[in-house]
Amino acid sequence: MGLTVSYQPQSQEGWIATRLNFLVNWGRANSLWPMPFGTACCAIEFMATAASRFDLARFGMERMSYSPRQADVLICAGRVPFKLAPVIRRIWLQMPQPKWCISMGACASSGGMFDNYAVVQGIDTIIPVDVYVPGCPPRPEGLLYGIRMLQAKVMRERMADTTVRDEMEPDPTSRLYIPPPAIDELSEPFGNSVQQTRSGL
Amino acid sequence: MTAPGPVVYPGGAEPAAPTPVSPTGLAHRGGPANPSAEALRARWPAAVRRVDVGWGETSVLLDPAMLVDVVRWLHDDPAQRYDYLVDVTAVEFRDAQVPLEIVWHLRSLPFRRFLRLKVALVPGSALEVDSIWPVYHSADWLERECYDMFGIRFRGHPDLRRILMWEQYREGFPLRKDFPLRGRFSRSEQLRQALAANPEAKYSMDELSIADAYEDLPADMRQRIRAGEQTGE
Repeated sequence: MGLTVSYQPQSQEGWIATRLNFLVNWGRANSLWPMPFGTACCAIEFMATAASRFDLARFGMERMSYSPRQADVLICAGRVPFKLAPVIRRIWLQMPQPKWCISMGACASSGGMFDNYAVVQGIDTIIPVDVYVPGCPPRPEGLLYGIRMLQAKVMRERMADTTVRDEMEPDPTSRLYIPPPAIDELSEPFGNSVQQTRSGL
Repeated sequence: MTAPGPVVYPGGAEPAAPTPVSPTGLAHRGGPANPSAEALRARWPAAVRRVDVGWGETSVLLDPAMLVDVVRWLHDDPAQRYDYLVDVTAVEFRDAQVPLEIVWHLRSLPFRRFLRLKVALVPGSALEVDSIWPVYHSADWLERECYDMFGIRFRGHPDLRRILMWEQYREGFPLRKDFPLRGRFSRSEQLRQALAANPEAKYSMDELSIADAYEDLPADMRQRIRAGEQTGE
């Protein structure tokens, strides 16, 4: 009984490519330059993380990049009001690929306790997020754990797989596209409605 | 506008000013009123409608028509000298029959006095009141905030626009009682409108008060401002 072994170069990478992947990923994961986007108390914990006791520099992040053009990872620490939504979106678009995003704290991840008219309910409605760090605010150890998770995620990337770096705009002609009003209607029982408020008014 | 009086720092109070003490044992209602309230009654009998003292603080309910005159007198009179406008805000009550109140907090640094002025707007009438910007220029942003949150229009304000919410905000006035906590639009619509805003169109050079320093700016920057360029990248 013959066993056919087929070789498909499109789907398999050779030894050199995988080693090169490892080298590039190792370099990227250990020299992430964070772009701090601190808007609230999470930024205080972020500063504590960067300071000497917890020392982000141990993970190759000693340089805070205050210019998005030179940043690798956007760390959104704190609540984002709707007025800042176009700003954080533009900062994200200004960052060159490859880029990652850490959503630090409950407010950045979900709006947190600020379920009101002024605050974005999670920055993942504006920009793609790689790692969510829970907490209100997270302790520096929590943020460091999130950064280590992001580094592990970077280490698993393959250069042959370009889809992770593709930036997609939602396509209204797609069969999978759900228009925003339908999403609102579906999520209405879960508190996304404008009709209900906590005061009952 | 009258010329402002000499600046008085906390160390240089009037001789008649009381020594500052920590208030203890204050009554919820009643107690000695701010001496300015009695002076207001004597000078403006038609304007003063009511004087309340609560927790040692004096509130004076005024006639809206005479508000600016009274405030100007409080600012200019040598026996009052209210030189610091602390806040302008408003209070809306749950009971729709209780009128909406606009509140001014004044502080007299030389006499160490605090005075709260109120104006009650009749339910159903237009939410309008005179601006005290001609007396206190610091009322500019305070009144803009009050307009932004409550929708109260201040007559005579030089530049009455939203200040906290963005200028294209169309959902209403967030601190009004009829405003739902999560806003009027759906979340996706709120996000769509917010993202459609151009971040650079929000702050003009004028708003960043570069216009005040226009003459000191370098020539190339003056040229760019004259061409109508906005701040940004």
